[in-house]
Amino acid sequence: MYDFAYHKPASLADAVKLLADHEDAKLMAGGQTYIPTLKQRLARPSDVIDLGAIAELRGITEEAGGVTIGAMTRHGEVAESAVVRRVIPALAALAELIGDPQVRNLGTLGGSISNNDPAADYPGALLGLGATVRTSKRQIPADQFFTGMFETALERDEIVKAVHFPRPEKAAYAKFPNPASRYSMVGVFVAKTGGGVRVAVTGAGQSGAYRWTAAEQALAGNWSPAAIDGLTVDPSGLNSDIHASADYRAHLVKVMAKRALAAAG
Amino acid sequence: MGRFAVGQPLRRKEDERLVTGGGSYTDDLQVAGALHAAFVRSPHAHADILAIDTATARAMPGVAAVLTAADCDAAGLGPLPCRALPRHNRDGRPMPATERPVLARRRVRHVGDPVALVVAETMAQARDAAEAVEVTYAPRPAVTDPVAALRPGAPELWPEAPGNLALDWEAGDAAAVDRLLAAAHHVTRVELVNNRVVPNPLEPRGCIATYDAATQSYTLRTGGQGVHSMQSVLADEVLKVPKERLRVVQADVGGGFGMKIFVFPEYPGCLLAARLTGRPVRWIAERQESFLSDSHGRDHVTTVEIATDADGRMIALRASAVANLGAYLSQFGPFIPTDAGAKMYAGVYRFAAVHFQVRLAYTNTVPLDAYRGAGRPEAAYAVERAVDATARELGLDPAELRRRNFIPPEAMPYRTALQTTYDSGEFARLLDAALERADVAGFAARKAAARRLGRLLGLGIAYYVEQCAGGADETARIVVGGDGKVRLFIGTQSNGQGHATAYAQILADALGVPFADIETIQGDTALIPTGRGTGGSRSVPVGGVAAQRAATALIDKGKVLAAEALEAAAADVAFADGVYRVLGTDREIGLVAVARLAGPDGLDAAAAWQPAIATFPNGCHVCEISIDAETGVPRIERYTVVDDFGTVINPLLVEGQVHGGVGQGIGQALYEETVYDPASGQLLTGSFMDYAMPRAAGVPAIDFSMIPVPCRTNPMGMKGAGEAGAIGAPPAVINGLVDALAHLGVRHVDMPATPQRLWRLLQAHRATA
Repeated sequence: MYDFAYHKPASLADAVKLLADHEDAKLMAGGQTYIPTLKQRLARPSDVIDLGAIAELRGITEEAGGVTIGAMTRHGEVAESAVVRRVIPALAALAELIGDPQVRNLGTLGGSISNNDPAADYPGALLGLGATVRTSKRQIPADQFFTGMFETALERDEIVKAVHFPRPEKAAYAKFPNPASRYSMVGVFVAKTGGGVRVAVTGAGQSGAYRWTAAEQALAGNWSPAAIDGLTVDPSGLNSDIHASADYRAHLVKVMAKRALAAAG
Repeated sequence: MGRFAVGQPLRRKEDERLVTGGGSYTDDLQVAGALHAAFVRSPHAHADILAIDTATARAMPGVAAVLTAADCDAAGLGPLPCRALPRHNRDGRPMPATERPVLARRRVRHVGDPVALVVAETMAQARDAAEAVEVTYAPRPAVTDPVAALRPGAPELWPEAPGNLALDWEAGDAAAVDRLLAAAHHVTRVELVNNRVVPNPLEPRGCIATYDAATQSYTLRTGGQGVHSMQSVLADEVLKVPKERLRVVQADVGGGFGMKIFVFPEYPGCLLAARLTGRPVRWIAERQESFLSDSHGRDHVTTVEIATDADGRMIALRASAVANLGAYLSQFGPFIPTDAGAKMYAGVYRFAAVHFQVRLAYTNTVPLDAYRGAGRPEAAYAVERAVDATARELGLDPAELRRRNFIPPEAMPYRTALQTTYDSGEFARLLDAALERADVAGFAARKAAARRLGRLLGLGIAYYVEQCAGGADETARIVVGGDGKVRLFIGTQSNGQGHATAYAQILADALGVPFADIETIQGDTALIPTGRGTGGSRSVPVGGVAAQRAATALIDKGKVLAAEALEAAAADVAFADGVYRVLGTDREIGLVAVARLAGPDGLDAAAAWQPAIATFPNGCHVCEISIDAETGVPRIERYTVVDDFGTVINPLLVEGQVHGGVGQGIGQALYEETVYDPASGQLLTGSFMDYAMPRAAGVPAIDFSMIPVPCRTNPMGMKGAGEAGAIGAPPAVINGLVDALAHLGVRHVDMPATPQRLWRLLQAHRATA
């Protein structure tokens, strides 16, 4: 990796100040994407601000019937959390499918959603559950947070503090992993919530995770796999690579959605 | 003795050390004062080098040297040799050699081709300076696919090889095969791709090079599969120094799979850098660098035809292949698609005639060379796919067709249509055992049950034969010390197989000494004068016989001393269970006591053994595999292997070899795909993010058993086991997938059978069904 200045602030306020003071600074959460990027010399930040020492960014609490998860909470902690397993078991199950044990023991929720890799799992959960992202400045609904591939609504000096997930009536995530990387090639998160049905697709879209509104409408009055039988998924706008062309991904979106619905019950 | 005897499933001597972190791999070796090497590699698949400016890099902090082809030329380094020459075309013309320089001279021919070498005080400094080396390229059109490379108008790599055709080679009787095919009752034809794979050992390549100016001697420490061939290639042909002035040391090795046999450009590059700087130089490949610089395997496109008569007798086989050589001739490169596997195109069948033709193509890709099985997997895949397709076309049970055409045990030794003699083999017996263990009788019920769950179930059979352990000799030297320790010096090189355990079992049996007291010493040209290394499943079948013979020589040598000590005639002294005893008396002396009498260095003896002909391990794989009809995802449900490896020293080690080999074979069949972008020649699958390796969850529990039919040409009856799993698995897996899809009209599935490929087949055939 190239040389950079390393900072490890102890408070969110200090982290925000460091970010504001250094133009080419980059935040590091769990580092599971960023450290390999640095090691391959694909990034050249002036400063790296390690969020690992900020206690206020960690932890899982039950709040307003749902769950609030600190940005620096590890995937493994979410997967094993008794609270998450009780309140939103589908979210714990999704976290357990991320990467491998090493990644799950270091990778974080905040790092994942701030990076917004189009093949990441968490964006599907945030969109699917209608979560709210709490940052150092404001609250951002998930529907407005993810703005494109590796793009979010975060401002340059804004840091994710936590994510609040409301409790769904029913939810499940079905993932088709990339055969090599085990990232999501197609992942579908379905949820039946007080505010309606949500179907979020990750891994497939060229612009990152998105909501499959046609399926949501079809399921609104009939929460069952059969309800989406008549739908077809348009491959335009979907990713195409050596592992899956857009038409295969389009097919898998529907299959995974039906499997998620079957699992959600 | 029994507990440690030959045939016992002993746990490996090596494991406690290795699994508790006591291993010593290349990157673990600490050499004081070492510089770090970084290579500047071509970003282009094919380009002329117009200029290399190293001035900026040389002036950067910590940089000790920047080397290019000019420095290699000034130092008199020779190119890396191809030891598979001379070879001849079908028409008798010799295959032209092409030159593979240590660092690219005037032209780069694949992405990753090394152009310059930077050595600096730290790794980061070496990499910073490597980025500052300015190379001016003039890109040329590139070709990466071997079939495309042979088409008229393809970009050419070498003036010596017009049309990129390096060699047009054949084995067998073309005229006889043509005649039999023309007159046949039925001809089955299959076109298939044997996909290119990247070996990916757990431990990447690396080396530590040192030079001692006082003695003008080099030392190379590296992971490999034998020190002596590396010493010979480097000293004789590249460095051009007497062998005594290059010591090669190989400590623990984390997997080789054939690839680590060879000398790669980085090794002489680092040796030269060590000489020029007067400092040790270390280089360890990163994984992406391994993808771009380790030799790859396979990459054949083959058409196979089998002629049958009206009774379902297979009478002739014709195989015609195009094989990719890559950009340069690797050390054994052209041997692998030709002699390494050609004889195996006869399979285990009584063909009256067989013909195999292969055209070797240069392409703008990493050079290809041996990968576990090296030529025999390509043959086994082609033959066993075509046999299966024949059965399907004739409406015969694939097992029945095989049974009808097997070479029977009573015909052994059997000279095949390709003029090689199998010494032994009971193919029908192994096939029947495998089918029984696989519960083929219950398959139909399982298939119906799977269908109700949306899965298409198939049953695939493959019966492979391969050739091992032929040709080269091996020498073993045994020293019994006065301290009771027994040391075996041998030039084979374990890279994970457990040689120290197998050899110790052989010597514990032969010498009657404790298993725990036997140590195997390998991997150092300063300690072992000769050796042929590990490859072709030869170490234990050849090295083991040499070790046993050395033990016999040692016993005979000790008998003279024992007789003297016992005041008896040597003829009256017998050796058993570690003790010399005067016949008919209770007067005795132990081997260790005799070793003490021999002098301070103990008792030693050496012996060599050279096999006259290869051995022919063979066996049956049965793969039951299902496909998710909605997604195309395959899943292996049952996997059964029955092998004939002849006499086995340690069945536990052998089973481990089969598990690993089957895992690699499943990897090739279902996961591993090496994709070059045809337009740019870039390797698209250059990391584990895109190159899918088999994982634990994808490799099923394997029902493994053996029916040993002792080899008649090996004094200990051994046939070899190291590569067999990787040879039998691909055809078994693919035959299973074809069986699962046959009702839709699918006749063939190419490797790797990824979910996308299977889904596409399902779509296409459902649409037409």
